Amino acid sequence: MNRIIYAVLFFVALLLLVRCSGELRSGLRPEVGEERSGGEGTILDASPNAFSFQVSNLTDEQGLFFFTGNSLFNQNWVTAPASATARDGLGPLFNAKSCSGCHFKDGRGKHPTTAGEINHGLLLRLSVGNDANGAPLPDPNYGGQLQDQSILSVQHEAAFEISYENIPGTYPDGTAYLLRKPIYTLKNLTQGKLSATQISPRIANQIIGLGLLEALEERTLLDLVEQQAAIDDGVTGKANYVWNIEAQKMTIGRFGWKANQPTLRQQVASAFAGDIGITSSLFPEDDAPTHSDYATQPNGGEPEITDENLGRVTLYSSTLAVPGRRDWDDKEVLAGKQLFESINCNSCHVQKLTTGKHPQFDALSYQTIRPYTDLLLHDMGEALADNSPEYLATGREWRTPPLWGIGLFDIVNGHTNYLHDGRARNLEEAILWHGGEAELSKQAFMQLNQAERNQLIQFLNSL
Amino acid sequence: MRKSIYLLVFCAGVIFFSACSKAGDNDAAKKAVIQDYATLVSDSYQAALADAQSLKTAINNFVANPTQETFDNAKKVWLEARESYGPTEAYRFAGGPIDIINGEEGPEGLLNSWPLDENYIDYTTGEGSVGIINDLENFPTINKAALEAVNTEGGEENVSIGYHAIEFLLWGQDNTAPATLQAGQRPYTDFVDEGTAPNADRRRQYLQICADLIIDHLQILVDQWKEDGSYRKTFLALEPEAALSKMLTAIATLSKSELAGERMFTPYDNQDQEDEHSCFSDNTHRDIRVNFDGIKHVYLAINGTNTGNSMSDLVKEADPTVAATVLDQLTATEQAVYATGIPFDHAIVDAEERKKVLAAVNALRKLGNQFAAAGAAIGIEVSTQLK
Repeated sequence: MNRIIYAVLFFVALLLLVRCSGELRSGLRPEVGEERSGGEGTILDASPNAFSFQVSNLTDEQGLFFFTGNSLFNQNWVTAPASATARDGLGPLFNAKSCSGCHFKDGRGKHPTTAGEINHGLLLRLSVGNDANGAPLPDPNYGGQLQDQSILSVQHEAAFEISYENIPGTYPDGTAYLLRKPIYTLKNLTQGKLSATQISPRIANQIIGLGLLEALEERTLLDLVEQQAAIDDGVTGKANYVWNIEAQKMTIGRFGWKANQPTLRQQVASAFAGDIGITSSLFPEDDAPTHSDYATQPNGGEPEITDENLGRVTLYSSTLAVPGRRDWDDKEVLAGKQLFESINCNSCHVQKLTTGKHPQFDALSYQTIRPYTDLLLHDMGEALADNSPEYLATGREWRTPPLWGIGLFDIVNGHTNYLHDGRARNLEEAILWHGGEAELSKQAFMQLNQAERNQLIQFLNSL
Repeated sequence: MRKSIYLLVFCAGVIFFSACSKAGDNDAAKKAVIQDYATLVSDSYQAALADAQSLKTAINNFVANPTQETFDNAKKVWLEARESYGPTEAYRFAGGPIDIINGEEGPEGLLNSWPLDENYIDYTTGEGSVGIINDLENFPTINKAALEAVNTEGGEENVSIGYHAIEFLLWGQDNTAPATLQAGQRPYTDFVDEGTAPNADRRRQYLQICADLIIDHLQILVDQWKEDGSYRKTFLALEPEAALSKMLTAIATLSKSELAGERMFTPYDNQDQEDEHSCFSDNTHRDIRVNFDGIKHVYLAINGTNTGNSMSDLVKEADPTVAATVLDQLTATEQAVYATGIPFDHAIVDAEERKKVLAAVNALRKLGNQFAAAGAAIGIEVSTQLK
């Protein structure tokens, strides 16, 4: 009897040991809480509305203002003058009638799939050089951005078409792949000669977690600059410094594809002016050249969006929750995460950061977040270059985009297009476009076998 | 020694069985609540469908013979249809077929999207030739597939179909000042050839197709929830705690976020009638009231004239104090909601009426929190968050 018990005990102990040592050997255990990418306010939802929840722990008042912000974010602005005075002033030139026209369901803009399709989230920035601070100088006839739509009484500026050049490639293991390089052609120019020498396509970003990024202390970002400089792996991020309208000085940039906006409020106001043609106290002018009949159109008040409503939209854009991860404890995903680290993706796509005190929203303060970005500029190589410098960002540099939520684009927005202009049709292509400071990591990715590459992609899809 | 062992075994046995039978009773009680809920949901969607069929008949009669009388009748029947659809909104936010079916988005957005951009569908004051109805180039044919395909295309306000599209077609823009207490004033002659607006034939077609689509989309929900319906089976097979959590999360979210936040506070804050739920017909006060009724019916298991096994009973069994607090808040909220002014567009701009709207908002917010507390009392997690 006793013997049997001992035998059983021994066997159980053996099982436990085998199990534990197996885990220890591969190190494949999720970190406690790693699924909560956006800290305590993370929302555990993977539905088509996954990007549209407010963070928990807002004050009662903030929680209610969020809904007003949501309404302003979704509403279509109309031509002035209109009976709906709270929402008139559209254009005269615009890329979309509402924020949600590009950031549909608070998500990632769509790359046009057919010629002539109205763009829902892709636009072209235009410049003829830069001023002394580095700010792009607008085209004299077309402004700083090509608006491909307009109110009925004026002509729109122009249209653009995208054609593709196929770029075939092969992994060391023999597997072939095909990238597509977009080529932008402007057509139907209505405002005379286009002088812009720099044309930069930009796709609308998902809106989640932005207040958390704003709550990161400047010191945190500068520490990352130093850490990267200290390691000799080719990765040397730098902070952008850009014109801060309200502070009336240059401050660190955080938002936009080139870290070209210093605050969320300025980012929101700039999008209202450039994309919808809605003026604000920060941007009292539309992005429409003054020489044309655009300037004589009736406006929807001065400014067209009040500071109060701009504040509501900024609150909304600050407090959209980051969705939690799916399958973070799956062993393939964990293996992919290990590869992500071993090939150094995480030197720019920094996994874990801690926010400081947010000036307005306590719910965003002192949070451990996993944004997978350093918010710094990196040279991404010639193939991705837009050759459009913006402040300290050169024509080859882009801000590391946050990766949280990237596995949900298909569910929320019905596509899997990535990178600044949506050229990558899936995550694998997005990785293969990496160059410059990320060249070594890309090479390492290509050296992985098919199963490992899939693990890495599975990991990215769990974000 | 041996005796004490028997005694121990006996005691253990008693504890084991009593624990089991207690758990068994509790489980049976929960299952009864869940069962009655499924019946309530099924009956409510069937009622909504029956009213939508009446709406279709009224619209067909109007289109066949457009007169002031048939027009007024169509509006009357639309208002009636909202009475039975409104309470079903208490079944949203629960991962049910209204929101999601087999991983795909459910028909909610096709049925009840708002606010809508009038220009997307038809002419508005100052813009005489806009909208799908007047766009012969991009929409040469107006049919179900064409209209459904462009719903919310390129922006969340680009609503092409659903109850509110019909509402806009029947009432038109509400261009009058809220103080005049008037709804939209579209003339029925907009639907008469050579009448008050071009493309009357296409407007008639559009209206009929919207009515047909509402029936199609409600039918999906009826089929999912009927006896042996696909989702009903899935729902009844859930762990009782999971099913109860869905039920409570749904009404807590509707109360605290959708109704208090999106539908009441936003127009209150903006003071803009464009932000009210049924802005063309000035029927928002009824939307708010019947949404609340839906919440109450779920919590108290009220189905028509019957009262079934309720969530409230479960909470009472677990914690009478919490149960009483929730019931008090339910009553207070009902009073606050029913005290808000009519029409709602006036209630959000008039200084005295605004106070009542805000009181109702706060009551609904509190009720949502109370539902979360009720969930905690019976050991289930409840979320009140909303997009």
